[in-house]
Amino acid sequence: MDITRRDLFTIGGKILVLASVGATLEQIVGAEPPSDAYKMADHWWGMIIDIDKCIGCGNCVRACSKENNVPNGYFRTWVERYQVEESTGFHGEGKLPKVESPNGAMDGFPPLTADDIKSFFVPKLCNHCADSPCTQVCPVGATFISPDGVVLVDSDYCLGCRYCVQACPYGCRYLHPETNTVDKCTLCYHRITQGLTTACCENCPTQARQLVDFKDPKDPVHEFLRRNKVEVLKPYMATNAKIYYKNLDGSVR
Amino acid sequence: MFRDSGHLIRPAVVLLLGLGLFLAIRAAVVPKGFGQYGHYRPGALAKIRSKPLAFAGQDMCVVCHDDQSKARAAGKHAKVACEACHGPQAEHANAADPSAHKPVLPDVANLCRRCHEKDAAKPRGFPQVATAEHSGGMLCNTCHQPHNPHL
Repeated sequence: MDITRRDLFTIGGKILVLASVGATLEQIVGAEPPSDAYKMADHWWGMIIDIDKCIGCGNCVRACSKENNVPNGYFRTWVERYQVEESTGFHGEGKLPKVESPNGAMDGFPPLTADDIKSFFVPKLCNHCADSPCTQVCPVGATFISPDGVVLVDSDYCLGCRYCVQACPYGCRYLHPETNTVDKCTLCYHRITQGLTTACCENCPTQARQLVDFKDPKDPVHEFLRRNKVEVLKPYMATNAKIYYKNLDGSVR
Repeated sequence: MFRDSGHLIRPAVVLLLGLGLFLAIRAAVVPKGFGQYGHYRPGALAKIRSKPLAFAGQDMCVVCHDDQSKARAAGKHAKVACEACHGPQAEHANAADPSAHKPVLPDVANLCRRCHEKDAAKPRGFPQVATAEHSGGMLCNTCHQPHNPHL
């Protein structure tokens, strides 16, 4: 058979076009729908934290670390102890609060005896922002907001470039020392999708932190938000954080 | 046909070939299902969900340990979850033979102190003691029954 150069190009072109159409079709049609009782569209997860109930025991930090195999020295959640001196508001008198979090409060805190100063505990974790800066900077789509409102990392797809670590205004992300991919709080996605609460909420002895589902009309969060004065961390960052703090002091950053 | 139309057709063919090549490479490189929910792989959700549990959860413990949960319900520790003191027990709870994965008893010397050691930052109403003065080194469970600690 006599094939001219023109024929070769024509045939090659046809094959390429067919292959690409086929691959695109396969991509559109072939994606299987998830088939189980959990419907992502029915949930919008968040958390409420009552500062007045936190006793700084560090149970949440230990529980999180065990549940999620968090490497030593890294934290998906941690507790801070604030000591805020009274400020009279004269120029130059505003003092920065003293903030400590020894080993993330993994072993609690050394006792504080100074009774003449305002002090309290602030548990922190990923704020699962609805408009998260971290997911916006990812160059490959390895971190994302799931349809049920949880900010997650695809560790198989993460390059480890750390843009998101710098983008998070709350310091909630770290580079996992073994996998070299970014790791963070998943709001115990493996637990909440099977009807359990997060490890930190499960183990909080005073119910200072509670997992909430904003899309559930029966969830106590609606009453909580109606009855209490609440605030999110760094509201001026316009991240639409979904971790609501009750009685959060203005000094908390 | 136009005269000398070859120089129009040839670039058009090259352009089409280039487009085809681009689409083919794109289809091969972009992961399956990418973009189904957003700019990410939907498969990541399933992977994150498949992580095994460490903490079984309150409801699981109560299925067998009804007696202990009743004792606890009568006291101040009613709302403290089992695993908050006893540690992660999913292995114990999900085992075919739970007694083969017997939980170790909590380290009382540190356990109680973490919550109840006196600290000015703790909420006023929360029961706190300076352990050194309170018990003089005696373990808490010498006097207090942990499931219902009131004396």
